[in-house]
Amino acid sequence: MSGPADLAVIGAGPAGMRAAAVARAAGLDVVVIDEQPAPGGQIWRAVEARAAGPAGRVLGGAYRAGRAAVAAFRAAGCDYRPETQLWAIEPQEAGFRLFLKAGGRAFSLPARQVLLATGAQERPTPFPGWTLPGVMTVGAGQILLKTSAAVPDRPVWIAGSGPLVLLYMVQVLAGGGRVAGWLDTAPGGRLWQNRRALAAGAASAQGLAMLAKGAAWQARLWRAGVRRLPVARLLAAEGAGRLERLSVERADGQRERFDAQLLMVHEGVIPAVHIPLSLGCALDWDAAGQYYRPRLDPWGETSVPGLFVAGDGARILGAEAAAITGERAARRIVARARGDDPGRPEPDRRLARLMALRPFLDAAYAPSPGALTPPDETVICRCEEITAGQIRAVARAGGPVGPNQLKALTRCGMGPCQGRQCGPLVTNLLAMAQGRPHAEVGLQRIRPPLKPVTLGELAALDGDP
Amino acid sequence: MFKPIAGSAGEAGVTLTLDGLPVRATPGESVAAVLLRHAPYRARTSTLSGEPRAPYCLMGVCFDCLVEIDGDASVQSCLVTVREGMTVARQDGRRRAR
Repeated sequence: MSGPADLAVIGAGPAGMRAAAVARAAGLDVVVIDEQPAPGGQIWRAVEARAAGPAGRVLGGAYRAGRAAVAAFRAAGCDYRPETQLWAIEPQEAGFRLFLKAGGRAFSLPARQVLLATGAQERPTPFPGWTLPGVMTVGAGQILLKTSAAVPDRPVWIAGSGPLVLLYMVQVLAGGGRVAGWLDTAPGGRLWQNRRALAAGAASAQGLAMLAKGAAWQARLWRAGVRRLPVARLLAAEGAGRLERLSVERADGQRERFDAQLLMVHEGVIPAVHIPLSLGCALDWDAAGQYYRPRLDPWGETSVPGLFVAGDGARILGAEAAAITGERAARRIVARARGDDPGRPEPDRRLARLMALRPFLDAAYAPSPGALTPPDETVICRCEEITAGQIRAVARAGGPVGPNQLKALTRCGMGPCQGRQCGPLVTNLLAMAQGRPHAEVGLQRIRPPLKPVTLGELAALDGDP
Repeated sequence: MFKPIAGSAGEAGVTLTLDGLPVRATPGESVAAVLLRHAPYRARTSTLSGEPRAPYCLMGVCFDCLVEIDGDASVQSCLVTVREGMTVARQDGRRRAR
């Protein structure tokens, strides 16, 4: 490809694949950057390799449906770069210059417009001992199902709430694994408290289908004898060098302790905002979803002209909505490339129906109070091992200390993950300790490189590869 | 800590070296997945406290899965697909200058 690409898409999941295909079909030069070895994002990870086999049967129809989207993407003829990581983007006169690394070499590519479709990440769920080997996320369990066709080889404890929790337990059983028990952190009475949102969510075919699916999963788990224990919080994961025991505070206030070797946790997902944050995009605090998300116009353009976000990285709405918002952004990008004024996007009834479900899902699967109030001894910044107590001490020391000053004072956020894992937790602790709204606290500043780059890789940096 | 889904064993494998010992891997899986199948089920020990760390998120966010792969240190093993003959070494504490 000579000259800048018309569009660079970061992320080959549902949103990125659809956007790339739409833009390509309109005649644009499109380059697609993705960390994974094959397209599909997280929801359809390894779908080409796994859909037809035993893993595909266990993962279900919604997973296997990704095959068609991946095939359409491959047929679109974009310049697709798998196993490639983005480590910086710089605005330049004709748009942007992307700094990438692949195969041990760094290189850069210019692009006139950029679409970020990097999706979501798990909401961090800290508790004492969560850094022990043997503690993972439910998302990680699903990734192992997809990429390794593997299930736990010992009874797995599942702690948390949300559709993914139910789905994964069902999948583990279908794959020949065992569930030791479900520690349900959703506060009792939550559905009744949110009955209005529930009624609104159920007032559509999609809503009913979703509720029916959830009910079917719960029934299957009940029939299989999976113990469901309502818990207020996880007290501690304990063990010598790995998880051996788990103690919880039950919803009725009593404590209980279990032998445990494998625990998977999940309290919903949040947009991955690391890249837009690094580029100075305006972010807004979404009180319903309890997360930051980039400020977008109706087409998905951020506060940085020419930079778009689509999919769960914009707002948690799922894979079907991701394809719609990806297409929407692509149409705006195509119009701009042609010098057309696209006006406002046409209302999309499917998107409207998916958005109508959000108040119910946000309310029903809000992070549990236990996940938001870790005790002082809990490690918050996993990389630098900074505890909640250390953060609270700094937060209360005087003045509205924000995430950046906290970073300078404690090293919180300076480790390899650069605040990806701890950022939301830090904001939460500061907001609560200082009595400030989340929207005011913000997140720490992010500077390149977004991924570690060695001097050897940089030495190869010299324009297009 | 993980085993093949019922009915999926018998896939032609990939052999790599983990801390000097040969281990089998499934084509297409990540190095992190291999670490989770071999005791002590960890990738590294923390550079500060020395406590053991294992892959946690498996999608590139947590950076707890860092190992040395083919001589490159602190690589996110969840983002690297297994390859025949790959050399993987768990990391202990801080990196040493070479």
